[in-house]
Amino acid sequence: MNYHWNWSIFLEQVKSGDETYLDWLLTGLGWTLALSLTAWALALTIGIVVGALRSTPSRLLVAIGNAWVELFRNIPLLVQMFLWFFVVPEFLPRDWSLWVKQEMPAKEFVTAALCLGFFTSARIAEQVRAGVGSLPRGQRDAALALGLTLPQAYRQVLLPQALRIVIPPLTSEFMNVFKNSSVAFAIGVLELTFQARQMQEDSEQGIETYLAVTLLYFICAFSANRGMAWIEARSRVPGLIARTN
Amino acid sequence: MGEFDFSVWGPSLPFIRDGLLFTLRLTLVAMTGGIVIGTLLALARLSPIAPLSRVAGAYVDLMRSIPLVLVILWFFLIIPFLTGSPVGAETSAIITFTAFEAAFYCEIMRSGIQSVPRGQLNAAQALGLGRAQTMVHVILPQAMRNMLPVLLTQTIVLFQDTSLVYAIGAKDMLKAADVVGKNYNRPVEMIVLSALIYFAICFGLSLAVKQLQKRVAIIR
Repeated sequence: MNYHWNWSIFLEQVKSGDETYLDWLLTGLGWTLALSLTAWALALTIGIVVGALRSTPSRLLVAIGNAWVELFRNIPLLVQMFLWFFVVPEFLPRDWSLWVKQEMPAKEFVTAALCLGFFTSARIAEQVRAGVGSLPRGQRDAALALGLTLPQAYRQVLLPQALRIVIPPLTSEFMNVFKNSSVAFAIGVLELTFQARQMQEDSEQGIETYLAVTLLYFICAFSANRGMAWIEARSRVPGLIARTN
Repeated sequence: MGEFDFSVWGPSLPFIRDGLLFTLRLTLVAMTGGIVIGTLLALARLSPIAPLSRVAGAYVDLMRSIPLVLVILWFFLIIPFLTGSPVGAETSAIITFTAFEAAFYCEIMRSGIQSVPRGQLNAAQALGLGRAQTMVHVILPQAMRNMLPVLLTQTIVLFQDTSLVYAIGAKDMLKAADVVGKNYNRPVEMIVLSALIYFAICFGLSLAVKQLQKRVAIIR
């Protein structure tokens, strides 16, 4: 089979309007960034709390944290997207359900951000728990002996250390968020993968399309990696991590 | 609260079973192929021949840095150009997952190989084994056993990821649930059913892996 290369395709107009294909891809990049960053903020917030719960001495809290993690880790992300989009509204009270289905602004985006945020929170919780677990036992004991309550000990002593220790695994989770945001195409978020499929069908220049989109994802992942490396370098716990410059 | 009618689950079962069989076949083929190719890639990455190690490294990094959905779309687009004739979504999915998972199994096998004490290598050489013999009879069996829980965990991830063949319309379990849901106008019930099946299988397997992890840890 022969392939007709056409690199100027990006500047051509789409068949159904006066935008160019480049406009489509940039819109897609915008949604991918917005979705990934929103989900990441949500995931960090919930993940830190759930991860901390799982490292407490309370068996009840540990069980709740474990159930959370197992729930979100054992269902495929795509199925979770469908659950949030089609199933969750059915379980809301009638008025809410109608509002969500008919009036909620940016319904696809909000749903996808919640879904991806919760999904990622389970993975962050796993890292945070491991991080707190890796601290010397004396840290917790000393904090409590100084008269801090357990929540205070977490906030002032344990989490500030644990979070800095787990930055390397969190870096790969951050990169994963950008990759996983691609699944949101299935519920109609106009992100990069959605645009890639749309442009491929509309322009029939699949290879150019996918090369461009691959490059954009690559840039996202690379920037995420560099950003986290910058934070890691600036937040290193003195004397704790062996690597020094 | 909406009204549910779970009676659709009964007539859907034959379709779900067929879909699940494809999902399982895809998982097993991609796992077997992925571990074999992944091990070869790991050996290439650890090889002293610089170009070989660099090419393998570049392949692994590329696969790990772009979304799986995009890889699925890529392969679906270019396989026909390579083979000269269109292939079905199912064949395309099997090739894609084998190639994609190989990159992930490669990283696992690489750390597995590196986790074997150097003394094993020296002892094998002292006994007169060649490089290939050392790998096959001494290093790889130990690397495989050390990494068994991680390999299986990756396989659970793979099993979940196969649902993404939705992007090219291959007939896996999720697709079967989707089709039945549309035919009976009961999409919500069918999404719930597929979520329950995925959860039951993945949760069961992950408990099994935890048990295995304990036993492996004790032997070591």
